[in-house]
Amino acid sequence: MPLDSLSGSTPEYVISASNLTKKYGDFTAVDDISFDVPAGESFGLLGPNGAGKSTTMRMIGGVSQRTSGTLSIMGLDPEQHGPQVRAHLGVVPQQDNLDEELRVRDNLIVYGRYFGLPLSYLRPKADELLEFAQLTDKAGAKVDDLSGGMKRRLTIARSLVNEPRILLLDEPTTGLDPQARHILWDRLFRLKEAGTTLILTTHYMDEAEQLCDRLVVVDKGRIMAEGSPASLIRRYSTREVLELRFGSERNTTVAADLQGIGERTETLPDRVLIYAADGEAAMEQVSLRGLRPITSLIRRSSLEDVFLRLTGRSLID
Amino acid sequence: MTDRKSSRTVLAVPQTPEESAAKARRYGSWYFAEHTFRVMRMYAVSVAMYSVGTPLAYLFAMGVGLAALIDANGAGRFGGVDYLTFLAPALVASAALMSATGEFMFPIMDGFKWRRTFFGPHASPLRPEQIANGHIIGVGIRILLPTAIYFVIVALFGAAPGVWAWLSIFTATLCALSFGLPLMAWVSTLTRDAGQFAVVQRFIVTPLFLFSGTFFPLDTLPFFLQWIGWISPLWHATEIGRVLSYGYAEPVWLSVLHVAYMGATAVAGWLLSQRIFRRRMGK
Repeated sequence: MPLDSLSGSTPEYVISASNLTKKYGDFTAVDDISFDVPAGESFGLLGPNGAGKSTTMRMIGGVSQRTSGTLSIMGLDPEQHGPQVRAHLGVVPQQDNLDEELRVRDNLIVYGRYFGLPLSYLRPKADELLEFAQLTDKAGAKVDDLSGGMKRRLTIARSLVNEPRILLLDEPTTGLDPQARHILWDRLFRLKEAGTTLILTTHYMDEAEQLCDRLVVVDKGRIMAEGSPASLIRRYSTREVLELRFGSERNTTVAADLQGIGERTETLPDRVLIYAADGEAAMEQVSLRGLRPITSLIRRSSLEDVFLRLTGRSLID
Repeated sequence: MTDRKSSRTVLAVPQTPEESAAKARRYGSWYFAEHTFRVMRMYAVSVAMYSVGTPLAYLFAMGVGLAALIDANGAGRFGGVDYLTFLAPALVASAALMSATGEFMFPIMDGFKWRRTFFGPHASPLRPEQIANGHIIGVGIRILLPTAIYFVIVALFGAAPGVWAWLSIFTATLCALSFGLPLMAWVSTLTRDAGQFAVVQRFIVTPLFLFSGTFFPLDTLPFFLQWIGWISPLWHATEIGRVLSYGYAEPVWLSVLHVAYMGATAVAGWLLSQRIFRRRMGK
């Protein structure tokens, strides 16, 4: 298998993990997870902070030793062939680690040198990547002077300097404002269209819905469910959700009066969720019972609802 | 790689990942050293000014001012040479040691903790020990060059009479590594910055500077303080520097010991740093 990539053909799965486990002392960060990712797929790990997503990413990235299980990236074990595996990858870590003392363009060139790429390639490549990241006019700026969104885009540009076929993105848009996130999603979508395999972790359901062909929902180091965003929603939730707010004191007491409406209700501290195929119809029944919520909202089910159903908790605490 | 879907880009990468990995395996330490040079280039002007300004200041103050006084009163205590010639090898070595102190503390903490700059290259084909090596190569050269400048200025002051005096450029750099690499190994283990660096400067570097036979022969110190000199790389570098610079008389075995001591501590610090980098980055 290791020679597959040399001959130009692609292994069936670019990433294959089985029974992957990582322990830190008594704490199990990743607990016996298995998944396979075919080439060109956009695969997500969705879960709250501390679910073991980053640890999994670090093992895939060949920078963290697993405790047990097997892992293969492009047919290679990252623990045996670390440099080779990492030469295939582009990595966007959760925390930007750009060199703030260097200029924006130099950050790309320096990074390309780690792959032994010649300057004759790197100089024009850096300009091309800056254009892709919409940072051309910042080429000579110090990294320190960039906004959070710009730094993130530069980190993504940096990860592309070796034209990786697999891109690992750990929480790519955490901490960014909505506009910056949309710019980033657009760039990532282009990479996906160009055939790059994307592996991303996120605790934003909208990000997962936007970018992932398929995802696993992880919690406490374990995989809770797996599928495309749409199939997960179909399987674990109803088509629509009716959100009612009765005020923080009444939310819990009113739950009993809502029994029988929709397929299922979920009481949260700030609102009550009624899961139903038809939200309007559920709302009518609520009115018929004489209940007057302060606000009501009908929306489509999302991955947030899937997560709530699977774990009984929200994604963002 | 004709099946490569590179429609998003105009420029196709000129080598396969396997070739990248092979190159990184062979030259990775130098690739990271290149990074440190690029960072240093941003400070080239201030480094150059510092490299010329420091020796000038010291040599004028000590060599011209203080030396006039000492030579008038204590001539003959310094093996038959004037005070400036006696002092110069110590100044060259201590300047090297002091730049090493900074370069093996702050960038290491920066790399692991403050701005986490080691973790960028760590995701590339480079191995952790190559990142350590690259930093050491970069700093080694960063210290060698100003040390050479210092030596040239000393020579211009006429304080390096011996034919082999120029070799003290290398023994001074070795002194910097002898102190710097064990320091780097220790800093690599730190997870919190709790003012340790100021402690190193005040309670280790300053005493070494003062009690390593720098300004006066070590044997003029009370016996219970002389051990500082024996374990101090600076004393070893100063003594061998004096041998090379003006033929200061000491047994050959002692000269060999100076170099061996500095070499051994540097190698120990180097190997330890590699190990700690590997362990800390592979978690």
